[in-house]
Amino acid sequence: MSYEATFRVWRGDAEGGELTDFQVEVNDGEVVLDVVHRIQATQAPDLAVRWNCKAGKCGSCSAEINGRPRLMCMTRMSTLPPGETVTITPMRTFPVLRDLVTDVGFNYQKAREIPAFIPPQGVKPGEYRMQQEDVNRSQEFRKCIECFLCQDTCHVVRDHEENKPAFAGPRFLMRMAELDMHPLDAAGDQGLDRKATAQEEHGLGYCNITKCCTEVCPEGIKITDNALIPLKERAVDRKYDPLVWLGSKISRRR
Amino acid sequence: MTEVERHGFDVVVVGAGGAGLRAAIEAREQGRRTAIICKSLFGKAHTVMAEGGIAASMGNVNDQDNWQVHFRDTMRGGKFLNHWRMAELHAKEAPERVWELETWGALFDRTKDGRISQRNFGGHEYPRLAHVGDRTGLELIRTLQQKVVSLQQEDFREHGDYEARIKVFQEYTVTRVLKDGDRVSGVFGYQRESGRFFVIEAPAVVLATGGIGKSFKVTSNSWEYTGDGHALALLAGASLINMEFVQFHPTGMVWPPSVKGILVTESVRGDGGVLRNSDGKRFMFDYIPDVFREKYAETEEEGDRWYQDQANNRRPPELLPRDEVARAINSEVKAGRGTPHGGVFLDVSTRLPAEEIRRRLPSMHHQFKELADVDITAEPMEVGPTCHYVMGGVEVDPDTASSCVPGLFAAGEVAGGMHGSNRLGGNSLSDLLVFGRRAGLHAAQYADTAGDDRPVVDQEQIDAAAEEALAPFSADGGENPYGLHQELQQSMNDLVGIIRREGEMEEALQRLATLGERAESAGVEGHRQFNPGWHLALDLRNMLLVSECVARAALERQESRGGHTREDHPAMAAEWRRVLLACSLADKPVPGEGAIVLQRKANPAIREDLLALFGVDELKKYLTEDELPGAEADLPPQRADVDADKKSENGAEH
Repeated sequence: MSYEATFRVWRGDAEGGELTDFQVEVNDGEVVLDVVHRIQATQAPDLAVRWNCKAGKCGSCSAEINGRPRLMCMTRMSTLPPGETVTITPMRTFPVLRDLVTDVGFNYQKAREIPAFIPPQGVKPGEYRMQQEDVNRSQEFRKCIECFLCQDTCHVVRDHEENKPAFAGPRFLMRMAELDMHPLDAAGDQGLDRKATAQEEHGLGYCNITKCCTEVCPEGIKITDNALIPLKERAVDRKYDPLVWLGSKISRRR
Repeated sequence: MTEVERHGFDVVVVGAGGAGLRAAIEAREQGRRTAIICKSLFGKAHTVMAEGGIAASMGNVNDQDNWQVHFRDTMRGGKFLNHWRMAELHAKEAPERVWELETWGALFDRTKDGRISQRNFGGHEYPRLAHVGDRTGLELIRTLQQKVVSLQQEDFREHGDYEARIKVFQEYTVTRVLKDGDRVSGVFGYQRESGRFFVIEAPAVVLATGGIGKSFKVTSNSWEYTGDGHALALLAGASLINMEFVQFHPTGMVWPPSVKGILVTESVRGDGGVLRNSDGKRFMFDYIPDVFREKYAETEEEGDRWYQDQANNRRPPELLPRDEVARAINSEVKAGRGTPHGGVFLDVSTRLPAEEIRRRLPSMHHQFKELADVDITAEPMEVGPTCHYVMGGVEVDPDTASSCVPGLFAAGEVAGGMHGSNRLGGNSLSDLLVFGRRAGLHAAQYADTAGDDRPVVDQEQIDAAAEEALAPFSADGGENPYGLHQELQQSMNDLVGIIRREGEMEEALQRLATLGERAESAGVEGHRQFNPGWHLALDLRNMLLVSECVARAALERQESRGGHTREDHPAMAAEWRRVLLACSLADKPVPGEGAIVLQRKANPAIREDLLALFGVDELKKYLTEDELPGAEADLPPQRADVDADKKSENGAEH
């Protein structure tokens, strides 16, 4: 079964652009990305769009469909209101390069600023021992496909360019939580306090747990509940624990 | 003179999947300034699609496992066409490569005693695949990506510059390998974002570009898999071997049409899933080939017992190597016992509790729910073969991963030899790590030997490459590249697909020649900034070259083996095992005759101590009389294992 749909796609570049209408065929079982590809193959061969796996595993085809941040490859046409125009715009939080493609460099810059995993001293490769229950939580966060939809939707940076330098965004705060909960991460031995760093250097305090990030996550990761809130609680514990406070003052004097 | 963005590095790695990143990490750790070029964003490479796991004989679940057993399984899977030395190195080094990932932050699923858990997979005698649910590829790519970042952080601390010694050029595409005489001198290509050209000067180039699946219509591969590295190697003067061997993964989705080909992981079967036809019959019991007869269960009861007790039962035939299962599914559908959408049923819902399915196969559960509206915990999936992997690739030295072109290396799917005629599931991720590291190591050493005598980039080659890349803009009224691509995919699918016939392949070669001429005048609209039509027009050159290699080699090989099935030559022939078909670029291509010449080469004889790992009865199924141990034939003199290793480490053995 096929029908004709109206797609309204943003076209343009850093200088500006506009929504362009396309009448396009839609077939049974198709997803939004299929239809965008058909527009490309038949009407606008230079329509810029990122995509790779078309199976929700690589996180390349992020865009806003009818205003909601989604993966185009995982949005079935049958889930959209029938007969209504489908509007596709690029992710709003990142600068447009062309059409649906944005400059996501912000995310790569933030990724670099998060201190990497620190292997435990004296534990040789092959000698790592961890219990499944102790790695479950970090594994949940490692399901992240880096589609950056959570970064796109987060109101701290969505319309606030000025917050970007100080705020890593949900994806990378979650990365800090992941490392913090890694059973063998040796950050502590190196004098690195990941919780404090999240608070002091990566803007954890900006997050006021509205859970928008969790809502748009195509992997269903409970970013707010499982990563950000626990990180906040522990950061607060440390910050307001008088003994920790005293300890940090003393050790700083050295 | 063409204006280009210019950079200089010691080692350039083309491709940022598992092999590319592992190569780059190694080259950088050897102290060489390293560039990584990727067609997509960093971290999106096709490796993320790998689901099942990384094969490595760590013996965590069954301590009977060791590298010799892994080697044996790999050779059997490849029907003994594999380069024995690659299979040996791979089996020996895979565990170290996996353990190393843990020191970089990878979190694999665990055994009860806290070690890395390992799962069963087709063709592997013991549970061998390190995994993370069914998203192992993502874990691998993310771990390597984060390791690259950690090296950059190290450089930032030392030099104040993240990119002092390792830099990622993302959304850059290479269209030519440049040369100074016989040697590699760098790469030329374009940036997607701006459409501007770039040149990276470097004495050593590692190709790690993955596969060729986008030449076929039904494929599990992403748009990136256009055979770039295969084509770049050919154009630079290297040769490709084993190109006739294309793996059709037995279980791709068949419905809805828009997702046809998307992979359904083999872990579904490894964890208990069974294949049934429309009569409800577990048909795989009818398809156990003679060479595997003693290793597989004859009854459903025995097969089912194996999941609990592997010591006293044989494995179910759903876990035969992929080529066998794909052919069996093909036959069932052809015989009219297929599902409504032209596949067979893959059922795990009656085999495991729903909760267990969601835990072990989360992304399959998600994928079917979201894309096909099928709940795999309650109903069977419909699956059929999909083009998944090319065994063929750049002919390389097993130890150093170097091609015959000085300075040009290849690792991962783009390299040939390791998997012979058919790759076992799980052996790809380990291949990426083992040979990615070796390629990076030897590229770094090679770059070092260049010293002051560094190759020079030739402006004429840059101008020619730029002209070639811009041609689609000047082809006024030229053909739509999307249309050409679809015709190519349809031709390869129909004529050089899973079952092959002489007449059809001849027709394919004619069609490819015509498509080649038409592709030269493919035209594009718009400008150079992020223009997918233009990119596809350029990719067509690569897809056409590799498709010709596949068709030409498939036509030549008159037997059936692994990922090459000839209806007109259905048997495996021991004589053909000794033959490798090598493709290279014709010096003076004749119009209408194609661009590729084919040459027969001898497959190197397997070292005697490795042959001794098999029983003579088994060897008889694969080898000719005079190759069998004890025969008077010209087998190489036996060497101690240690000697062979030492020799190869310093690259003496080519």
